Amino acid sequence: MKFSYNWLKRWVDIDMDAHALADRLTAAGLEVDEVAPTGGAFTGVVTAVVRDCQPHPDADKLAVCTVDAGDGEPLQIVCGAPNARAGLVAPLAKIGARLGEDFKVGKARLRGVESSGMLCSAKELGLSDDHSGLLELPEGVEPGQDFRAFLGLDDHEITVDLTPNRADCLSIRGIARDVAASCSADFIDHEVAAVAPTIDDTLPIRLDSPGDCPRYVGRIVRGIDPQARTPLWMKEALRRSGIRSISAVVDITNYVLLELGQPMHAFDLGKIDSEILVRPGIKGEKLVLLDDQEIELDDSVLAICDANGPVALGGIMGGLDSSVTDETTDILFEAAWFKPATIMGKARDFGLHTDASHRFERGVDTAYQQRAVERATALLLEIAGGQPGPVMVAESAEHIPANGPVRVRLERINKVLGTQIDATQVEDILTRLGMTVTAVEGGWEAVAPSARFDIEIEEDLIEEVARIYGYDNIPEAKPSGVLSVGTASSHAVPLSRLQATLCAAGYQEVINYSFVEPGLLQTLGMEEGALPLANPLSADMAVMRTSLLPGLLTSLARNTRRQQPRVRLFETGVTFHQGDTLVEVERIAGVVCGSAHPEQWSAERREVDFFDLKGDVERMLALAGHERRVRFKASKKAWTHPGISAEVLVESGAGEASVGWCAALHPGVLKALEIRQVVVAFELDLKALTSREVPYAKTYSRFPSIRRDLALEVPVEVSYQAVHDCVTEVSGALLKNLVIFDVYEGQNLTSGYKSLAIGLILQHVSSTLTDEAVDALVGQTVAELEQRLGARLRG
Amino acid sequence: MKQVEGLVRSALSEIADSQELRALDEIRVRYLGKKGEVTALLKTLGGMPPEERKSFGQAVNAARDQLGEAISARKAALESAAMEQKLLSEQLDVTLPGRGDRPGGLHPVTMAMDRAIRIFGQLGFDVATGPEVEDDFYNFEALNFPPHHPARAMHDTFYFGDGRLLRTHTSPVQIRAMKAGDPPFRLIAPGKVYRSDSDQTHTPMFHQIEGLLVGENVTMADLKGVLHEFVNGFFERSLGLRFRPSYFPFTEPSAEMDIAWEREGKSEDSWLEILGCGMVHPNVLRACDVDPERYTGYAWGMGVERLAMLRYGVTDLRQLFENDLQFLRQFH
Repeated sequence: MKFSYNWLKRWVDIDMDAHALADRLTAAGLEVDEVAPTGGAFTGVVTAVVRDCQPHPDADKLAVCTVDAGDGEPLQIVCGAPNARAGLVAPLAKIGARLGEDFKVGKARLRGVESSGMLCSAKELGLSDDHSGLLELPEGVEPGQDFRAFLGLDDHEITVDLTPNRADCLSIRGIARDVAASCSADFIDHEVAAVAPTIDDTLPIRLDSPGDCPRYVGRIVRGIDPQARTPLWMKEALRRSGIRSISAVVDITNYVLLELGQPMHAFDLGKIDSEILVRPGIKGEKLVLLDDQEIELDDSVLAICDANGPVALGGIMGGLDSSVTDETTDILFEAAWFKPATIMGKARDFGLHTDASHRFERGVDTAYQQRAVERATALLLEIAGGQPGPVMVAESAEHIPANGPVRVRLERINKVLGTQIDATQVEDILTRLGMTVTAVEGGWEAVAPSARFDIEIEEDLIEEVARIYGYDNIPEAKPSGVLSVGTASSHAVPLSRLQATLCAAGYQEVINYSFVEPGLLQTLGMEEGALPLANPLSADMAVMRTSLLPGLLTSLARNTRRQQPRVRLFETGVTFHQGDTLVEVERIAGVVCGSAHPEQWSAERREVDFFDLKGDVERMLALAGHERRVRFKASKKAWTHPGISAEVLVESGAGEASVGWCAALHPGVLKALEIRQVVVAFELDLKALTSREVPYAKTYSRFPSIRRDLALEVPVEVSYQAVHDCVTEVSGALLKNLVIFDVYEGQNLTSGYKSLAIGLILQHVSSTLTDEAVDALVGQTVAELEQRLGARLRG
Repeated sequence: MKQVEGLVRSALSEIADSQELRALDEIRVRYLGKKGEVTALLKTLGGMPPEERKSFGQAVNAARDQLGEAISARKAALESAAMEQKLLSEQLDVTLPGRGDRPGGLHPVTMAMDRAIRIFGQLGFDVATGPEVEDDFYNFEALNFPPHHPARAMHDTFYFGDGRLLRTHTSPVQIRAMKAGDPPFRLIAPGKVYRSDSDQTHTPMFHQIEGLLVGENVTMADLKGVLHEFVNGFFERSLGLRFRPSYFPFTEPSAEMDIAWEREGKSEDSWLEILGCGMVHPNVLRACDVDPERYTGYAWGMGVERLAMLRYGVTDLRQLFENDLQFLRQFH
C-alpha cells in the first residue's frame, strides 16, 4: 500500500517528518519499504496563462506564445506542444528554473525567435509519463503562483508492506487510526454526509448467496457529463498512491477505495438489464473481464449478474461490456461486502490480483458500504454532475460478521511479554485503537472496530498492546532455565569427523539443489523412484534427486570447464525415493578426478584410481568401527564402469546390508556429460557411518608376534577377499593382522594364475608362539587355500 | 720402566695420528690385544724379582688403562667426525614444498550452520530433524494457516500434486517434536527448505534454523534475550537489535528481528532483517496437545545463508550454490 503523506495528515493530526513517521509505522508493524519525496526535483516553476498564441514564422510545429506569469511583463515563449493555445493555464519554467538535476532553463532562440522560459508537460515535471502536450491546469488559476505550493508537492509517498492480517490498513483512514494510536495523535474521522436523492430510479438487487455476499449497496446516478475530467488534486492524490488516472468515474471509485478501504465498481447503467443478482457462477458461463481476458466461471466464484447473466466477477473485477466508457451518462455504483473465505485464492486462479480482491480476501470494513457510495456520489456530483437516485441496500444482516467482545487479562499480558505494563496503559492503547473497552475482573473486554478481522482471542489483544507499547520497550531477559545434559551419544560418530576426514584428503564440500533435471537422472540410469514436482521452477529442476551423484557431477563438470584440473568434491544431504511410500535417505557422496596427488616435484604424476577412492571410503568406515565388518563386492551399476565397481556391504545381524557403492564412473556416462577425465565416486548412507559400538578395552598380548610371508599363485578369478576370508578363518584368534604386499599378473606365472604375496602376523595372547605351532598353522592355512581356492605356494 | 714409558709415548702418538676407525683398531690390537705389546709386558711380570714386580705391574696396568681411554676418546672423536661428514653431504633444500593434499574445506553455509548449532547447543538447545517432503498438515494447517489464506501466498510452495509438498520452512519440525513429547521443549531444527522463487536475492532451496522453547513462564523478554545472546555470539561483537511487529500465523505476538549492520560507504548502520520470531500461537500449542494456559513458548526461524553471507563477507547469494572451487576454497 502506497499513500500520500499529505492525504494521511487530513485524517490524523500529526506534523512529524516523513522519515520519523516511517520509523513509527515500522515500529508498529506497518513496515515501510520506501519514503520518496513527491514530484520531480524542480524549482522555479510557476502557474502561467497563455494570453496569445501565434504560429512561428519559420517552423510549422512551433508556436510563439505570449505568456502571463503574474509578474506584469508578459513573456515570449516558443512552444512545440499541440495543445498550446490562448487561454490555456499551464506550468511555466522561468529563466533559471531547474528541471531535474542537470537541466537549467535559460534564454534560448528557437529558429530565430527568442524564448524566455519553457511551458511544461507533466512528464517534464516528473509528475507522470504524459508527454502528449502541456499540463493543463484549471481555468481561472491565478498566474504567478509557485507551482510546488500550488500542487502541494511538498509531500512524500510512503509505501508500506502490510502483513496479511492488517487489511484494516489498506486505506488512508485505516492507517490514520493506527498512527493515531502509535503516535498518540488525534484521529480525524471524517463523517460522510448523505447525498439526498433527486430522482427515484432504482433496480432490484437480489442476494442468492447471502453467506458469500451478505450486503450489496447500489445507487443510480443519471445524466453525468461523460466528458468530465478528473480534477488535478484527485489525479495527484491517486498518483502519489500509485494509481493511474483512467477516467473521472473510475478515478472516483479508486479514490474512495484508497480513502475508506471499500472497493467499488461503477457499471454503465445502460448496459445493465433490469436487475442485479449475486449468485455462484454456473459452470460453462463466460465473462470478458475489464482486462480483456475471457474467463469461464464455475460455482466456486461469485457472479454479479443482470437479467442476461454475469456482468462482473464478484470481489475481483468488473466485466468489459458493462464498464463505463467516455459516452456513459448513467451509472450504477456498487459497494458490496464479500466474505473473505469466498474470495481467498480466487483471483489467483485466474492469474489476477486486483486492488479489490486483495482487500476482500483479507477483510473489508463491514460498516462502510453505504458510506462509500455516499462519498462517491458526492464526489461524482462535484466533478461530473448528475442526478442521484436513492441508495439501494440489499443485505442479509445475519451473515454479516460482527466483532464480539474479547477478554484480555492484565496478568496474562505481562506473563506473555515479560513486562510490567499497568492497567492504565493497556486501557489507553486499546481505546486509541478504536476498541470499545469494558473493565472486567482482572482485565477487560474489548470489541474491535469493524475494520479489524484479526482480533478474536486474547493473544490478538496482547499483540496489539505489545505493538503499540513498543517491542523496543519489552526488556531483554538473560537466558536462564533448567540445565540439562544434551543428547550427544557415545554411539554417534559426529558428521564433523567424516567431514574432517574428507577435507583432510583434499575434498571440498559443495551444496547442490535437491531437485535435478530428469534427463540427467536418465543418463545416469537413476530415474527409478524419482519424485517429480508438480510445479517446478524450470525443466532442469523438475524431479527430486535419487542420488547425490547428479549434483556432484554437475559441479565437477562446471569446475573442469573452468580449468580446474583436479577436483575432489563431497556433499551430504537427503535423497528421495518414491516406492510404495516415500523414503528420504541421508547420504554422503564424493566425486574425484585429476591426478591422485597434487602436482609435486618429487612425486610421480598418476591419475586417481579406484583404490585411492576406496582408501577414502575405508577411512570413513573405520571411524564407525566397521573395518572388520565391511566387504566390497564387485557389482556394476548403470552409471559405473562394469569392471571397476563395488557394492559396500556391512554385516548387520544375520546377514549383510548394502550401505552404498564406490566405483569408477562409466565412460559413456562421462562422455554424455562432456567430462573428459576418469572420475571415481562413492555414495554411502550416512546412517551407516554415524553410529558405532562404544569402544571397550580388551586384554592385549605382551608376547612377541611372528610374521610369515607366503607367495601364492591363485587362479585369476579368485578375489583377494576369498583369500583373506580363508586365511582369517583358518588362522583364527592367533592372526593379529593380514597384509597383502604384492599383486602380480603376467609373465613367469602359470597361465590363468596370478601371484599374491601376503604376510600373516601371528600372536598369542598369553604365551610366546613356538616355531612348531606357527609352522603347523601356516601349513594348515596353505592346505586350506589349496583345497578351497586352488592356490599353491610359489617355488 | 723406561720401556713402559717409551711404549706409551709411541702408542699415544699413533692413536693421535690415526685417521680412521680401522687404523685405530689395529693400534688397539697391536698394543692391547692378546698378543699386543702391553699384554706382552704383563707376561714378563712372572720372571721379575718380587720387589720390582709390584711397581712394574702397576706401571703396566696404568699404561694399559691410559691407552684404553685414549683409544676410546679417539674413537668417539673419529665417529663424531665421520657423522659430521655424512650429515654435511645430506643437506636438503628445505624450501621445496612438502607432499600431499592441502585440506579441502566446508561450505560456508555448513560453517555458519555448525556455528549456530554450537552456540544454541551451549544454551541448552538440542537438535531435532524432520522430513523435507511434508504434507499440508505439518507445513501449514497445524501451524495455523487456514486453507487459501493470503499468508500462504507468502510461501511460494513446491507441490507434488498429491497433497505433498516441499517444506517451505523448518517450522513443521516444531509440530513433530511437540506431538512426540511432553513439555518443556528446547530445540533447534536446522535444515533445507524450499520456495518457488529464484532471483538475485532468492534461491529455490535455502537453509533455516528453527528454534522452539516451550515451558512455564516463558516470555517475549526471554526470546529477545536469547536471540541477542546468539547474535552477539555468532558475530563475536555486540550488535544493536530491533524487533518489529510482524505476522506469522503460528506465532503471536510475532516479530521480525533486524540487526544494526555497517554498510560500506555509509556512516550510519542500517537495519538488516535476519529472522522472524514470536510467541508460539495458542492454536499451535493446542494442535500439539500442549495446554496454552499453563505453557507459553517462543519460536524463531532464521535464514542460514544470510548469516553465512554476513559472517564470511559473501555478497552474492547465488555464488553459494554455484559450487565454483575458486569461491569455495576460500572457506576452510
